[in-house]
Amino acid sequence: MGHGMKHFAGRRAAIAWLLAGLGAVALPAAAQDKFIVMASTTSTEQSGLFPHLLPAFKKASGIDVRVVAVGTGQALDMGRRGDADILFVHDTVAEEKFVAEGFGLPRRGVMYNDFVLIGPASDPAGVKGRDIVAALSKLAASNAAAPVAFVSRADKSGTHAAELRYWKSAGIDDPAVKVAGKLFDYRACGCSMGPALNIAASLEAYVLADRGTWLSFKNRGNLTVLVEGDKRLFNQYGVIVVNPARHPQTKTALAQAFSDWVVSADGQATIAAYKIGGEQLFFPNAAR
Amino acid sequence: MLSLDNASVRYGSVAALSDANLRIERGDFVALIGANGSGKTTLLQALHGLVAHTGVRTVAKEAAAQVMVFQRPFMLRLSVWNNLRVALWLAGAPPAERAARATEALHRAGLFELRGRQARALSGGQQQRLALARAWATRPALLFLDEPTANLDPSAKREVEAMLARFKLEGMTLVMSTHNLGQAKRLATRVVYLDRGRIRADLATDAFFARHLDARTDLFLKGELPWDME
Amino acid sequence: MLWRTVGLSLAVSLSACAIAAGFGLAFGAWLAVARFPGRRVLLAVLNTLLALPSVVVGLVVYLLLSRSGPLGSWGILFTPSAMVIAQTILVLPVIAALSRQLVHDSLRDGGDQLRSMGARPFTTAVLMLLHERWAVATVVLTAFGRAVSEVGAVMIVGGNIDGVTRVITTTIALETSKGDLPLALALGIVLLALVGLINAGIAVAQRAQGGNPAAAR
Repeated sequence: MGHGMKHFAGRRAAIAWLLAGLGAVALPAAAQDKFIVMASTTSTEQSGLFPHLLPAFKKASGIDVRVVAVGTGQALDMGRRGDADILFVHDTVAEEKFVAEGFGLPRRGVMYNDFVLIGPASDPAGVKGRDIVAALSKLAASNAAAPVAFVSRADKSGTHAAELRYWKSAGIDDPAVKVAGKLFDYRACGCSMGPALNIAASLEAYVLADRGTWLSFKNRGNLTVLVEGDKRLFNQYGVIVVNPARHPQTKTALAQAFSDWVVSADGQATIAAYKIGGEQLFFPNAAR
Repeated sequence: MLSLDNASVRYGSVAALSDANLRIERGDFVALIGANGSGKTTLLQALHGLVAHTGVRTVAKEAAAQVMVFQRPFMLRLSVWNNLRVALWLAGAPPAERAARATEALHRAGLFELRGRQARALSGGQQQRLALARAWATRPALLFLDEPTANLDPSAKREVEAMLARFKLEGMTLVMSTHNLGQAKRLATRVVYLDRGRIRADLATDAFFARHLDARTDLFLKGELPWDME
Repeated sequence: MLWRTVGLSLAVSLSACAIAAGFGLAFGAWLAVARFPGRRVLLAVLNTLLALPSVVVGLVVYLLLSRSGPLGSWGILFTPSAMVIAQTILVLPVIAALSRQLVHDSLRDGGDQLRSMGARPFTTAVLMLLHERWAVATVVLTAFGRAVSEVGAVMIVGGNIDGVTRVITTTIALETSKGDLPLALALGIVLLALVGLINAGIAVAQRAQGGNPAAAR
């Protein structure tokens, strides 16, 4: 065979080998460890809990937990489609509905953290205190010299759902509707917690945040915690194993192992041990 | 060996070739002459089977192996040697013979020392000789040439003509279009004259240059129709 | 950790480009010489696919690979394999359309000669790919640049899982949203450097193709 033709055949052979090699790398990687896909929320991931919690679980069980962090709504959607084996979210009402619809096995409470109302240190609306509903009423009624702005995630997340509940409790059905004579500015960003905090920092606006993301947030500007400690601000987390009856391919046994571990004494202690700057973020409260 | 009956070729509204009738016999060296746009190239392509036409093309079994050499030689971005190997591969030459044939072809063209160089780095004359060597290596029965020396300087032209004469001596049948009447006189056994897409004359070389045809052909031969003679 | 992210970006995008090149170059070559009714329509579709938004590809592949979808039994959603598939689909039209163009243009010069020498149509196309190998390299590099810089497809089908499917672009998106701008910026610079290297590679390839043939060995 000619030199030129060998060149050509060699090129083809090289491509074939390259494909085989890359295929060998890319595909079986999935099959190696035992693992489950856990759908959780962006705020939970950004709190930094998982790099602390999941290695402990892996040590106890040998199972890898792969976290896909999206909004609560999207996480539940993943559960409905069977793309996640287990859910770890914080919207009890939506979770109960999910289980009632038959998509998940009975939910278990795991832990709670709390929301805090963040705002500019100068606090033009004067909301500082321990009452979230009173604070939001003051914001909406604000007649401060400068316009008072509030940033909402508006992304169907657990945080957003909580925020809407507090507005309702303050008698405000739709905070986006402008009230004559009031300088209150409601900004819906359709984004996750980090970007919402970024926007609030640049606008010197108020924002409802989970304490975890706030403690890890580095771009604070003039923002500080203004309202905390109200029981209504507590944010309950639940774990739900996706129902195998709906999606037989889900790794139910492995997912159940995580669910059992995270409510066990070992799991609960690991949660309590997670601290940022010496402060505990999540408070385990699984039923015995 | 090859015949074309009533072949016409149109490009859009232009009739490049009209009602061409031509027979090529074994051992012929046919020169197609005529002004630019007279249909020489189209006739060549129709004979070789490169272009669609409305007539009938009959090819004898012995004339199955054909190659065409163009005015500007096309070489792949490979070495001289590899260009030959590709040609031999395309022509279906037995693998065991390829090296030998390539070697012989390059020697005949005086290009063997340059076999490792990039083919496109050769001079125009060298590339045309390479194109001829490449064609010869595949042992065609019939060789078509489209104005093969039009772009070459006089010495390169002479080298190419020498190669063609040798091919003819060795029994190859050639059909060559040229606008160089002197070249036609020197090399061809037969001359076919085209004007505006039609074959006007088809005679043995001596007969062609001796006779008076029509006024227009006379003008052409005298060089009044814009053409050179060497 | 940074290098793991870069390594994964390279592995995913290189794999995707290799596979897309294998199919795309063959398809582009074929398309340059094939004659069939509806060819123009196919060409128009191909050129439209050049501008396929990466999120659209991501969404479609997600729906295919989801456990609720037709290929759910493959079980590769949220793994690098899914990302390779999505990026392959993304850059395949690029490679096919561009290689078709360059084969078509080359055949205008040398197609007749190759056919005269006995080459069948597809063979002429493949020989032209060999003839224009530096231009082909440019096409593949272009595709790689597109693949390694995209974020929409790999985010959706990969899930941006820490340590498993997190690549340069999805990390930049994540770190920016967390407010950790220095890290996002550092990765952005790495990505820019990669793209810069690709463009330098393209420039070298173009000079080798168009320049002195004796130098282009």
